[in-house]
Amino acid sequence: MSRAGGTWVGARVPRNEDARLLTGRAQFVEDVEPPGALHVAFVRSDLPAGRLRRLDVDSARAHPGVHAAFTAADLGPLLRPGAVLVPPPPLEGLVFHARTALPLVRDRIRHQGEALAMIVAESRYVAEDAAQLVEADIEPLDPVVDLGHALDDDAPRIHDDLPSNLAAHVRQTKGDYAAARARADLVLERRFSYDRGIGGAIENRAVVAEWDARADRLQVWDTTQAPIPVRNVVAAALGLSESQVRFVAPFVGGGFGPKIMFYAEEILIPWASIQLGRPVKWVEDRYENFFATTQERGQLHEAEIAVTREGRILGVRDIFIHDSGAYDPYGLTIPINTQCTLLGPYRVPNYESEFRVAFTNKPIVTPVRGAGRQHGVFVMERLLDLAARGLGLDPVEIRRRNVIGSDEFPYNHEIMYQDFAPLRYDSGSYEASLEEAVRLVGHETFARERERVQADGRVVGVGVVNYVEGTGIGPYEGARITVEPGGTVRLATGVGTQGQGHFTSFAQIVADAIGVKPSDVRVVTGDTSDFHWGTGTFASRGAVVAGNAIHAAALSVREKILKHAAEALEVDPDDLELADGGARVRGAPDLSVDLGALALAANPLRGAVEPGTEPGLEATSYFGPPYGTTANGTHALVVAVDPETAMVEILRYIVVHDCGTVINPTIVEGQIHGGVAAGIGNAFYEELVFDEFGGTSNASFMDYLLPTSTDVPPIETTHLETPSTLNPLGTKGVGEGGAIPVAAAFAQAVEDALADIAPGLEILDIPCSPGRLFELLRKLREASTQAGETA
Amino acid sequence: MKPPPFDYVAAATLDEALEALADTSLEARPLAGGQSLVPMLNFRLAAPERLVDLNGIEELSRVEETEDGGLRLGAMIRHSALERDPRIAHRSPLLAEAAPFIAHPQIRSRGTVGGSVAHADPAAELPAVLLTLGARVRLTRRSRDGESGSRVERTLDLGDFFLGPFFSALEPDELLTAIEVPPSASGEGTAFDEVARRRGDYALAGVAARVRLDSRGVCDAAAISLVNGGSTPCLMREAAQALVGEEPTPEAIEAAAAACAETSEPAADMHATEAYRRHLIRVLTSRVLSHAADRART
Repeated sequence: MSRAGGTWVGARVPRNEDARLLTGRAQFVEDVEPPGALHVAFVRSDLPAGRLRRLDVDSARAHPGVHAAFTAADLGPLLRPGAVLVPPPPLEGLVFHARTALPLVRDRIRHQGEALAMIVAESRYVAEDAAQLVEADIEPLDPVVDLGHALDDDAPRIHDDLPSNLAAHVRQTKGDYAAARARADLVLERRFSYDRGIGGAIENRAVVAEWDARADRLQVWDTTQAPIPVRNVVAAALGLSESQVRFVAPFVGGGFGPKIMFYAEEILIPWASIQLGRPVKWVEDRYENFFATTQERGQLHEAEIAVTREGRILGVRDIFIHDSGAYDPYGLTIPINTQCTLLGPYRVPNYESEFRVAFTNKPIVTPVRGAGRQHGVFVMERLLDLAARGLGLDPVEIRRRNVIGSDEFPYNHEIMYQDFAPLRYDSGSYEASLEEAVRLVGHETFARERERVQADGRVVGVGVVNYVEGTGIGPYEGARITVEPGGTVRLATGVGTQGQGHFTSFAQIVADAIGVKPSDVRVVTGDTSDFHWGTGTFASRGAVVAGNAIHAAALSVREKILKHAAEALEVDPDDLELADGGARVRGAPDLSVDLGALALAANPLRGAVEPGTEPGLEATSYFGPPYGTTANGTHALVVAVDPETAMVEILRYIVVHDCGTVINPTIVEGQIHGGVAAGIGNAFYEELVFDEFGGTSNASFMDYLLPTSTDVPPIETTHLETPSTLNPLGTKGVGEGGAIPVAAAFAQAVEDALADIAPGLEILDIPCSPGRLFELLRKLREASTQAGETA
Repeated sequence: MKPPPFDYVAAATLDEALEALADTSLEARPLAGGQSLVPMLNFRLAAPERLVDLNGIEELSRVEETEDGGLRLGAMIRHSALERDPRIAHRSPLLAEAAPFIAHPQIRSRGTVGGSVAHADPAAELPAVLLTLGARVRLTRRSRDGESGSRVERTLDLGDFFLGPFFSALEPDELLTAIEVPPSASGEGTAFDEVARRRGDYALAGVAARVRLDSRGVCDAAAISLVNGGSTPCLMREAAQALVGEEPTPEAIEAAAAACAETSEPAADMHATEAYRRHLIRVLTSRVLSHAADRART
């Protein structure tokens, strides 16, 4: 296996940004406090469904220290529904009803936390005091809470102009599933439910806007993952030129998906700054975050698998419902991901997949790390486990018999992916990753050698599952690289950064191309005044799309350096090498010139720049892949289960993964660790609990259980590197892979641990909280008691 | 999540604090570690007009070893002291054993024993542990009109202190100033365990137990109390009585554990059904009683 590496790509380079982050000197939006800033608190609906009959903000306006209290009536032309960010894919027969929210509620409330009014005051304290004085007369409506009944004929209508709560209907097929089923030796049908949850970034959303009337410019600091598209939307909404609006996404304390979304606050805060002639600041609090920031939630699947006696997959059929919440601004990305990722690394000759998206009176669903992929992986991996059990096969063996071989790439699944391109896998290491994980966890000997029951009465089990991760989709990203006269290299790119280590891995790519150290490269991300073309950080695409744009720009700058150095040293460019921040003649290192001097010479104060050339050592490049590149991996874990308390502890966690060229192993491992932690939360801890009235019962970190450091075990990571064939660096994304297969692995391991105590246990619902596991065990015991009585 | 306005009094002495609490026309709340009160303020679930900060009062932060072999804990002792103070571990090992289960280290550094008891939360560990130990609370207030002296004090059994969920016998002008823990008897063993979703969370269920064995190895006194086993922190007298007069055999322990689960009144919430809680209470009671009995034997 070759990779594009050099000195720096592939090396464990310490992170350029850590000194600032670890000493508290990194700027976050909360740190921005322009003199004279006013503070915002929103009045939000406690009810998930209702009609706003009257809204009285007079007392709030009159409260000392309050500068303004805005309602929908004050917004004028801003009062229009938000944008649909991702259109539906061009599939035959597809149904999609786009419905998006108004910035402030005018009459209809469709989910808890929708904003009714915006209070602007001297401080957040005063703003919250005044918010309590707002009187809202709301006629409650019956809420749609239960996803399983959201599409019933008699379900209350969430959008009156639609005939039902159906937001979308999509069907994709390949082959002939019915025929495959007819010749199968075993057909298994099950119902699965898979709940996801919030993004749970440590930093909530925040927006600070400062309108400078004299300069006729608006500056906004925003926690967004997509500063350029948000800037463009805000400029258009406010009737400003894009050049008048600068968005800065500084350090952001975690994105995980919800910060890709465009939010009403991103228009309202700048608008308020213009209205009031003062800087305006809003920092979302944790409680608001549970309603006002998007989240992921449940899907209900009815799935079946048809296999031969030998365990070969003949076909899969999956019908599911996806909960979109009250609106669907992010199109169909999540359910399409589910539909496609279900196929995983397996040969599935016949596939029938159909989903319906339902509106419910719950907060809006948009991608959260994994973005529906884990739902699909869970269904497929569980079907394989159950089929293996039905056939008397080892769970690993059934996977071995179905994974796509290394000689089968590129592999075409013949359905359409979220980037509207066919679901094709460019390269991968499915057999190798499975075998390596099996070896590392000792699976072959595990069943024989382990002490099934430990001294403390707990039982142990093992789980091994596969996944693929579609990553690095288009459309494009760009980068500009400039060598400054001081010798510093400046790299600007449009993607925002939320902790991924961009300041280091991007610098490593540049360092290899032009012979400098990564610490010599100053990386600027997410500032529209530095770079204003691009889409954002999402879909595990930074290292792929931005990374390859940076690579291209670096190679262009390299050419310019070589040309200028060849002239300066009067040698042929082919005789030169770039190293230690300069160009030197191979074999004669004394003949050299440093980059700063070349940058100065390339931007002369006298003499003409030749026609057809540009001043400076600078280049801008763009990269857009033809379609997404597919990463893969295998997770294996060992759990200990206390059969009396139904508590589960993960004893070992092994990740074997392949994201193509690894730029920085430490950073990649960080992505894996965070992803696995999110997956553990998903599998066992996290669940948004809605009461019968549609209210969120656990909108705090006391009751919404994120895994903490004591709940996440050490993670043993092995990197395989099968380069992508779709980009020069050979990189694939890794941001979500850690999170995707965890629940499937967890379920398999818990069933394995309890195989003797509770034979027949089937974990089909996620999260598998201890309470849920207790119920499953209790029902099994009751069933076996009854069976015993009748026998 | 910002608190509504309040008046703030930083008391330097106990008398200053009692003075600030004496005017009951004003809704005043003492501020100890603030680990429950401050989140309630920020969620605007509580809106007292005055906070009386006790953190500057030195005399409330003492640990005293009493002559009878017990302990007198000032109300402002931090949970971390229960974990670390060798005098506490020596005289009352159950307190030291249970302390690491109370929330997280950051919270234990700020949270106080007096605050935890006064909060009367049935889900908290400390009330259950102190009930098991037979602790008493000292309540102090400034003399009201017509009363002699400057202060009035009373001491209550903890069992008489807890009246309901988050509701105690504390009068609005009273301050919980100390907790008295009786000495442990010879032949006595104690134990604590709980099941929580994550380390540091409120327990789904928890059990504290004390078992005393006579020279023949027969249980002559026992106490069991539950975390999240009912609407108030309470002793499970019936279950404990089931063990008295018995040798703590697995069967006897199982019977007591079953009685404990039977007579408990756990509530269902999003984290556990009533049935699951009751089941956990039985499992934990059995484990904790075995442990306590083992310790009593050595």
